[in-house]
Amino acid sequence: MTDATVANGRVESVSAALAGSGGAGVMTAGNMLLEAAAQAGYFGLMTRTSGPQIRGGEAAAMLRVSTFASDSQDDRFHVLAAIDWQNVNRFASEIPLGEASLLIGDPAQGEPPEAFLKSGARYVPLPLKALAKQVSGGWPNMVALGVLGAVMGLPEEALERAVRKSMKKGGEALAAGLAAVKLGMAEAAKLERSFPLALPRAGAGRWLISGNEAAGLGALRGGVRFVAAYPITPATELLEWLSPALTKVGGTLVQAEDELASINMILGASYGGVPALTATSGPGLALMIEALGLGVAAELPIVVVDVMRTGPSTGIATKTEQADLNIAMYGLHGDAPHIVVAPNSVADCLAATQWAAGLAESLQVPAIVLSDQYFGQARAIIDRPPGAPASGKRLLAQPNAPAYKRYALTESGVSPMALPGTPGVTYTADGLEHNERGTPSSQASDHLAQMEKRARKLESLDCGEDWATLEGEGDVAVLTWGSCTAPVREAFARARAEGIQARLVSLRLLSPAQPARLAKALEGVKRVLVVEQSFSGQFQRYLKAEYDLPGEVHSLRRPGPLPIRPDEIHRTLKSWSRP
Amino acid sequence: MSPTKAARATTPKKPRANGTRAAAGPYAQFMARAYAMETDAAERYADFADQMDVHNNPEVAELFRKLSSIEALHAKRILEEMGWKQPPRAPLAWDEAEPPETTAHTELHYLMQPYHALQLALRNEQRAEQFFARIARARKAPPEVRRAATELAEEEREHVRLIREWMKRVPKPEKDWDRDPDPPGLSD
Amino acid sequence: MNAPAIAPALTAQDFKSDYKPVWCPGCGDYTVLASITRALAALQLRPEKVAVVSGIGCSSRIPAYTTCYGFHGVHGRALAAATGLKVARPDLTVLVAGGDGDGYSIGGNHFLHACRRNIDLTDIVMDNHVYGMTKGQPSPTTEPDWKSKLSPAGTGLREFHPLVIALAAGANFIARAFSGDPSGTAAVIGEAIRHPGFSFVEVLSPCVTFRPEQRAWKEAVHPASVAATDDPARAARRLMTDDGFNTGVLYKGTRPAYSAAAGKTTLHPADLEKDFAL
Repeated sequence: MTDATVANGRVESVSAALAGSGGAGVMTAGNMLLEAAAQAGYFGLMTRTSGPQIRGGEAAAMLRVSTFASDSQDDRFHVLAAIDWQNVNRFASEIPLGEASLLIGDPAQGEPPEAFLKSGARYVPLPLKALAKQVSGGWPNMVALGVLGAVMGLPEEALERAVRKSMKKGGEALAAGLAAVKLGMAEAAKLERSFPLALPRAGAGRWLISGNEAAGLGALRGGVRFVAAYPITPATELLEWLSPALTKVGGTLVQAEDELASINMILGASYGGVPALTATSGPGLALMIEALGLGVAAELPIVVVDVMRTGPSTGIATKTEQADLNIAMYGLHGDAPHIVVAPNSVADCLAATQWAAGLAESLQVPAIVLSDQYFGQARAIIDRPPGAPASGKRLLAQPNAPAYKRYALTESGVSPMALPGTPGVTYTADGLEHNERGTPSSQASDHLAQMEKRARKLESLDCGEDWATLEGEGDVAVLTWGSCTAPVREAFARARAEGIQARLVSLRLLSPAQPARLAKALEGVKRVLVVEQSFSGQFQRYLKAEYDLPGEVHSLRRPGPLPIRPDEIHRTLKSWSRP
Repeated sequence: MSPTKAARATTPKKPRANGTRAAAGPYAQFMARAYAMETDAAERYADFADQMDVHNNPEVAELFRKLSSIEALHAKRILEEMGWKQPPRAPLAWDEAEPPETTAHTELHYLMQPYHALQLALRNEQRAEQFFARIARARKAPPEVRRAATELAEEEREHVRLIREWMKRVPKPEKDWDRDPDPPGLSD
Repeated sequence: MNAPAIAPALTAQDFKSDYKPVWCPGCGDYTVLASITRALAALQLRPEKVAVVSGIGCSSRIPAYTTCYGFHGVHGRALAAATGLKVARPDLTVLVAGGDGDGYSIGGNHFLHACRRNIDLTDIVMDNHVYGMTKGQPSPTTEPDWKSKLSPAGTGLREFHPLVIALAAGANFIARAFSGDPSGTAAVIGEAIRHPGFSFVEVLSPCVTFRPEQRAWKEAVHPASVAATDDPARAARRLMTDDGFNTGVLYKGTRPAYSAAAGKTTLHPADLEKDFAL
């Protein structure tokens, strides 16, 4: 919510949160609200926050419904509705409100916490539970769904379709749900404040997808047919989506005993010629690092999707942060060139993962995809992603190739790989340094030659335009990556409306770094703002290490889980534009 | 060798594992066995020579290589005598722990000297001689087999004599032949 | 006279690479290598259809000494890599080879789960009760009173009992061999490869450099006096009470081997997109 968006009665974007403790069904209602927005033709994004409890914990569904596509959260929420207030105050910093906001709560559950009231938001008591009791089998969350839907001006048919889609069994439960939603809408009509959305832009063939699902689909598009899985929040849904999906496309998933096993299993499968992937989060990635080095040395393509959460150690398992950059880039021991790719939108989780899988295969190298909890667990309404371009393929050795050398010193560094079963070209894949044949060697000359070969592969990578998302112009540039990209983009839109120009550079290919390309993108830039979600400024340090940045460099950063909101970036751009 | 194994080792039996085919007739079977013995010995000596190469003991390597080629020659001669165009299939395993004309890998030492290698070869030839002699004496064995075994035992006896001669020509090892002032190396 | 048997396509020598082992002369692992190549030849497998997977340690150097496809990975993870390979490529014969430190200590968890998963693999552990490549530290199977620089007073810890653990964890074939018995070792390995599911072969393989006293194992080993059982309860009693030098196949289970839920249908990934379409 910005001041601009509440002008002239209709808004382009509404942010709404629905909170409550276990059993309140806020996620279910939130998902239906998102579905209703999709049915009505809007774009939308739902993220979630929750307490640490397995069951019964406090949780909030945080939605943004808009006429335009955006993965960014807004500066403030237009409305927060709570089924109850049990520990919901813990989310106060994640659900910022303003004086123009609406705070809806059931008076039977007590007053809203001071943390919310002090924002100056208008508190409207609404007896959600009592209202729900008016409907036989009615639930307060369905009433809240009706209230929120009406507050943002969603048509009743859209809400009804969403409820029907979600409650496929129909019967009394469906009837009760629909009645409760209707009741909620009627109550909302009595409210003094609402935020009706402007008419949606026409668009067909949209998708509703989470970042984790998108990454899973990207993996399959990229040819992945073997997955080893060890559950970890917030990457588990990616693996769970892949399990049946792989079966459908003729692949296999094995649940591993730990992350050490999962990474080594995918190395084994890849050695066998089957493109392979695992997904994990920071603690799992830390365990996988040694074997990633084996992938580099033995030249085995694999993909590891790291859905980042806050660290260090167990950190906050359910919340987002961009602080695995260092370990992904520099965690491997020895000089170990590998690929690091970062999607910069929910939709890009698909393209980036597919791209990473193709790069891994064509360069015979491990690739890390740095997604995060924000993308992974967000569900977004997106334009249908373009069809899959061809993915990179592995260079294979032919049967009985004369004088076959697995690690031949080729010009590109990529040498044909023999797959087990191919006669006359057997070899041993080895983490020990080796000569061209793959025979272990402790000689300095072999070490240097193989090191150069492995480095050459990444130098030969032609990433075209895919290395970054470039937008805008001017002598101010904002450098960012991953889930910080959307708020930067939104800040740019606001700045543009004020006649302020800036360049956005959102890096997608973090390793190998592309200094020449970035230098070109930053030609004429006098000031650089680096935006990232890490405490120590890992991205800024990375930029300093890998690139020459022009002019003054400023950093806008904070650790997770609080997002960097568009307003903060917008303010900096504005202050810099003053003569 | 355990007593049970020694008992089992007296006569050549059908190979233990599946996947091997019995020779046609007792004489051919016996000769296939003799052929396997010689090739096993040739391969083992070649292995030993390789080990000595890797461990920078060229003198003993050369000696083992020589022994290997002698055994390979014997094997080849059996093929020729039998008129076999292709070698018979090797048994997966012998009934006894160690084939009659080879020495276990565990008996090697990286600092071993030619004298040790010849001691080892002498024991092999003696065991081979005993192996054939036992069959030559076995009343149940067909005459054809006994005759061949007698000849082969005679040959092995000759080898024993030759190796004894050879041993006279190489120096006997000093008492501390296996002394190494440095500790073992490190690898992975 | 005709040859008594049809000549094999390949002999043990055909499974030996020209890369020479770095093992100490006298090491039991030479015998294990010879036994593996002999067993593969006897089973008439082709080198390109066999993969030998290992971790780190003296014995883990074995893949490159064969002409099979080899995978020499990181310490302790051979079973995991082999699991991925076999599930992805069920057409291959996959052997896992390594030592007691690699297999029972750093790789202990994978050992348990490989037994439990019962994938059709053959796991050959060359057990010499010592870490050799790092110059003689106690391993999980080292006797509690064996003294070394790292444990001058001995570990004081009871030895790990790999065969009993393998049985409890669900291995489908359990055998013990002795590297001083190349014939027996080859036979056991051959049988292990043929047996469906996870086959575990523990080979007592002396380390003549750090445990020269193990040369005396040849006096201690003895073949199992009874045939292998398929009854886990009986096997448990036998394994718990044997002296650790009982060789031969000790347990042959009847559990069906793991079969991955590999998709029979082969939809195109694009066919899955409809799940997301509004």
